[in-house]
Amino acid sequence: MQADAKPIIQITGLRKSFGTNEVLKGIDLTVAPGEVIAIIGKSGSGKSTLLRCINGLETFQAGSLAVDGLALTHDEAALRALRQRVGMIFQSFNLFPHLSVGRNIMLAPTLVKKPDTANMAAQARKLLERVGLSEKFDAFPDQLSGGQQQRVAIARALAMEPAVLLCDEITSALDPELVGEVLRVVESLANEGMTLLMVTHEMAFARKVSNRVIFMHQGKVHEEGPPERLFKDPQTAELKQFLSSLTD
Amino acid sequence: MVEFTLWDIFRNLLVGAQWTVLLSLIAFVGGGAVGLALLVLRLGKMVWAEWLTRAYVQLFQGTPLLMQLFLAYFGLALFGIKTSAWVAAILALTLYTSAFLTEIWRGCVNAIPKGQWEAAEALALSFTERLRYVILPQAFKIAIPPTVGFLVQVIKGTALASVIGFVELTRTGTMITNATFKPFLVYSCVALLYFALCFPISLYAKKLENRLNASRR
Repeated sequence: MQADAKPIIQITGLRKSFGTNEVLKGIDLTVAPGEVIAIIGKSGSGKSTLLRCINGLETFQAGSLAVDGLALTHDEAALRALRQRVGMIFQSFNLFPHLSVGRNIMLAPTLVKKPDTANMAAQARKLLERVGLSEKFDAFPDQLSGGQQQRVAIARALAMEPAVLLCDEITSALDPELVGEVLRVVESLANEGMTLLMVTHEMAFARKVSNRVIFMHQGKVHEEGPPERLFKDPQTAELKQFLSSLTD
Repeated sequence: MVEFTLWDIFRNLLVGAQWTVLLSLIAFVGGGAVGLALLVLRLGKMVWAEWLTRAYVQLFQGTPLLMQLFLAYFGLALFGIKTSAWVAAILALTLYTSAFLTEIWRGCVNAIPKGQWEAAEALALSFTERLRYVILPQAFKIAIPPTVGFLVQVIKGTALASVIGFVELTRTGTMITNATFKPFLVYSCVALLYFALCFPISLYAKKLENRLNASRR
């Protein structure tokens, strides 16, 4: 982590409400390129909403958010440019069930970046190999296990060559025995220098892979720091309570 | 007086039935096109479009098709537009069909999980790309059975066009009745022909539905 590098994500004073319910109450966060950040916290603390704001899936009421120096506005063209820089992986995979694995991966690059299709297919195969599914190019999502589907979803996000990858509880919908295969892929991405922001309940994984852990509580960044310190020596009562509730 | 044989009756009804089929097809294709345009408009998240399409659907679902036919026939004449029964029937049935189809299809689009929209959005697809490549292909599959089923309603609905003087199956039946004075026989034949048109379609819709359910399992 280079502290003096130009930040890839810069969030200042971000506020977001759903009706009268304020979910994010002023978030300040700066992410350096290559940083791996784990966001932890109770459900309802605003972790997923924060993640969804970063690629414009949610609108926000106040504050500013910039990715790679580009301020996020809710103008279609600007959003399209931003989303090519920010990939997202969801808890429920959200593969397109009517398309084969290969076409799932190739759809967005073909439409948005418009390179030639032959190259596209080669790139898709390479990505599948990277997530360990090279033989599944022609399979359909419903023929794959949850872990395999999630790995395809990762390959699909990578096909856009994003600078940042957002992972929204990507192992929460998986059977325990399938969690490992997905986390291994994420870990390899982290090792390759991808900037990652992940909302996760896998504390051991967060501890192992991340450079920085952010604990969110009631719509705010309550405590943050390197994983060793945060997990071993939590400063606030809320984090202490949260961590102890996990070991119960 | 000319004596009509059963075959004469049937032969004349068949000629009328051709117009029923043609009117149904035009209304269905035209209504489908308008319905699809309305659907896209409605999904576009613009408040005015939402209101407009909702009002449109309510208007056509909340008034009898017969009134719509009357209004198309006499209303257009009021504005100095010369209409034939043919034009008025096509216009009214197309609008009527579009209102129902857009509502049926909206239900099918709503049945597609929100995560599909979001995944496509996160991959930088524009609204039209999301719709064209991700949502509609999936919605299309579940829309086939209710859409084919609605075609039956359109076919039966064309019978009302007889009231404004459009000579289709029902009108032909009335004309033959006036000549033969055998209403029960003639209208039985008319009903039989409608059934012959509608039943295979219903059967097909049912089959499509079963196939869809089987593929979901």
